[in-house]
Amino acid sequence: MSDSQISNRKPETGAFFQRDREWHPQAYTPWYKTSVLRSPQKALLSLDNTLSEITGPVFGHNILGELDNDLITNFAKPGEMAIGPRIIVYGRVLDERGKGVPGALLEFWQANAGGRYRHRKEGYVAPLDPNFGGCGRTITDEEGNYSFRTIQPGPYPWPNGVNDWRPAHIHFSLFGHGFAQRLITQMYFEGDSLIWKCPIVKTINDRAAIEGLTAALDMNATIPMDSRAYKFDMVLRGRRSTLFENRMEGN
Amino acid sequence: MVQPLNQLKESASQTAGPYVHIGLTPNFAEIGGVYPQDLGTSMVNDKTKGERITVVGRVLDGTGTPLKDALIEIWQADADGLYNSPSEMRGSADANFTGWGRCPTDMDTGEFRFETIKPGRVPFKDGRKQAPHITFWVVARGINIGLHTRMYFGDEEKANGEDPVLARVEHRVRVSTLIAPREGSTYRFDIHLQGEKETIFFDI
Repeated sequence: MSDSQISNRKPETGAFFQRDREWHPQAYTPWYKTSVLRSPQKALLSLDNTLSEITGPVFGHNILGELDNDLITNFAKPGEMAIGPRIIVYGRVLDERGKGVPGALLEFWQANAGGRYRHRKEGYVAPLDPNFGGCGRTITDEEGNYSFRTIQPGPYPWPNGVNDWRPAHIHFSLFGHGFAQRLITQMYFEGDSLIWKCPIVKTINDRAAIEGLTAALDMNATIPMDSRAYKFDMVLRGRRSTLFENRMEGN
Repeated sequence: MVQPLNQLKESASQTAGPYVHIGLTPNFAEIGGVYPQDLGTSMVNDKTKGERITVVGRVLDGTGTPLKDALIEIWQADADGLYNSPSEMRGSADANFTGWGRCPTDMDTGEFRFETIKPGRVPFKDGRKQAPHITFWVVARGINIGLHTRMYFGDEEKANGEDPVLARVEHRVRVSTLIAPREGSTYRFDIHLQGEKETIFFDI
């Protein structure tokens, strides 16, 4: 893990900014039924970060395979490709201070173009695509940039209400540099009218927070006659400066 | 008007959903051939320093039913109390110990299992020693934002009694939700999402 250090810059050791729990979804959101029995009911215990959260695992590019950021081919038979609208998803991972986050491991997963996941517990009638697995990963560059290629996933119905549909989306898992930054979120697509009807999207109260998860079509980044492009920036928690803080013992 | 702070908001969390395995443990999800192995399946090797232990447990919902679609990640110090992280400035951690593990709960039993080592003690901000502990992060369908908690060790009574984080718990009856009893070399840590035995989760 540590044999491929992320950069020559000095690592930061400050605690992370307090998480805005009103901006994030609440745990108990009964219109998303599964949350009812899975939401803690007691108050969280608030604690300024200790070394256990200020530190975190960092992954080197040596874990990546050549096709990890290409979902069109990474599960396909030789010479074949996944079916669906071809897209490039790109953007930057920033922190709350606006600084790019280099060396951030991003893992993403999604349904195929018909809205079907390759998973044992998935029962939607739409067929599997034999050339589409649905997972990929990449690591941000020195400025926090990333990109990958995939097919646009389809929307799909899910058992919650009798007729609830998920908007098309891609799941993202993010590692920053500290375990307190660990985050899972979802990317939605500009113009999808299912976004504002979705019980899971509506676990977020703040319209601006939802818009912040909605990727913009970027015609300037498309590849003509090949793939459209969506820009999706993500933001991780920022760190306090340690300049005026007491040095930790042994530091 | 004053000058704008120009700070960004953290991206809002969304649930990991029922198919989190596709993205984070694809081999477990029977999506073979994309990655050689799932990340975080192995934390130790033959040369890792420290006492080998096993940590097992389940994540239970408000009815006491184990979650069969949860995913757990753990993060811990090495045997000397150092983290394998660039932000660790006190020294170099054991290169043969990753400190980080990831395990989905079993689709039939709901159990998770980590083969790891017992961590050393890590200082709190003011220099006091924390008791040995493992940081847990739990995601699943129905969990809208990942839950942070800590496992402490049942056979570390003295250290637990001095721990500055455990000392912060107002309702002392809840401290036991963070302490895993030991049997042989195995610690059992069940995480209760709700109810009388609700585990203490941290806003950290």
